Amino acid sequence: MSSRQKTYWRGFRDGAPFVLVVVPFGMLFGVVATEAGLNLAEVMGMTALVIAGASQFAAIALMQENAPVFIVLATALAVNLRMAMYSASLAPYIGGAPLWQRALAAYFMVDQSYACSIAEYERRPEMTIPERIAYYFGCMSPVCIPWYAATYIGAELGARIPPEFALDFAVPITFLAIIAPMMRTLAHVAAAAVSVAVSLALAFLPYNLWLMIAAVAAMATGAQVELWLQRRGRWS
Amino acid sequence: MTLSTATIWTIILLLGLGTWLLRFSFIGLIGDRKLPGWVLRHLRYTPVAVMPGLIAPLILWPRATGGQPDAARLAAAAAALAIGLWTRNVVASVFGGMGVLYLVQYLTG
Repeated sequence: MSSRQKTYWRGFRDGAPFVLVVVPFGMLFGVVATEAGLNLAEVMGMTALVIAGASQFAAIALMQENAPVFIVLATALAVNLRMAMYSASLAPYIGGAPLWQRALAAYFMVDQSYACSIAEYERRPEMTIPERIAYYFGCMSPVCIPWYAATYIGAELGARIPPEFALDFAVPITFLAIIAPMMRTLAHVAAAAVSVAVSLALAFLPYNLWLMIAAVAAMATGAQVELWLQRRGRWS
Repeated sequence: MTLSTATIWTIILLLGLGTWLLRFSFIGLIGDRKLPGWVLRHLRYTPVAVMPGLIAPLILWPRATGGQPDAARLAAAAAALAIGLWTRNVVASVFGGMGVLYLVQYLTG
């Protein structure tokens, strides 16, 4: 095996445990999107083109409310803004790879492939760029491929689950499950609290404008609380 | 959902393109350049700033009950949040939350 193949398989092994997270999550998306009224082609189209769970759930939640296209896109993309952060942090490591590889790496950039790769790049600064790319695709293979398969199974199942199961509520429940582990610092908690308070207080505004205002207020809150914690020497 | 097929596909295509551009931004176009600290400081909070606000009204005023607050759904949301905070496990939190929803619906008949 060449060193690149070996590196690919090392990445594959390191990414493999994520299957346990991705499969139920993908199935849940398939079920929820189908219940919301998307057909199989639409569910699979979204999962294949977007590959970003939280943002797909956000889009579905707003599409269920028949929100305007602009609001659906702005919200779902805002949920994905963190991808720009990942991209910025990967750039020093894989920015020198050929364009097509970077374009493909961008398509497959998800929370798990990012977390897995960046940890390895920091651990082994001696890796060459082709090895880093091989490792990246190794990590992403057991994440993204099961994601498509699980969504498909979920979509097929979703069409068979009777309405008594109240799957309408699986969307908010899934979001709570995604958000809860993110409450790592006081700044994150404060941002979430402001987001909830402002959106409920302004819920009467049309076009989901309440959500935009709540998000901006919450981001500013998070940033300010972080600065405040830094000044008090309680930010690591 | 009453969106037309064309609208749904417009959303899917633009969301796919937009997400790819966010991912491609630095590794593809901007290259190895540092983002200013204040930008990073705001980006860090986008997920926790958007998602709680998005779901708060869905939890408090669910569409399935015509916008009336519902004990089973509130209990389910509280359970999902508590399990998520405690275990940090997304799957446990989803199943726990839905489990409580069914339990309370069953108990209150």
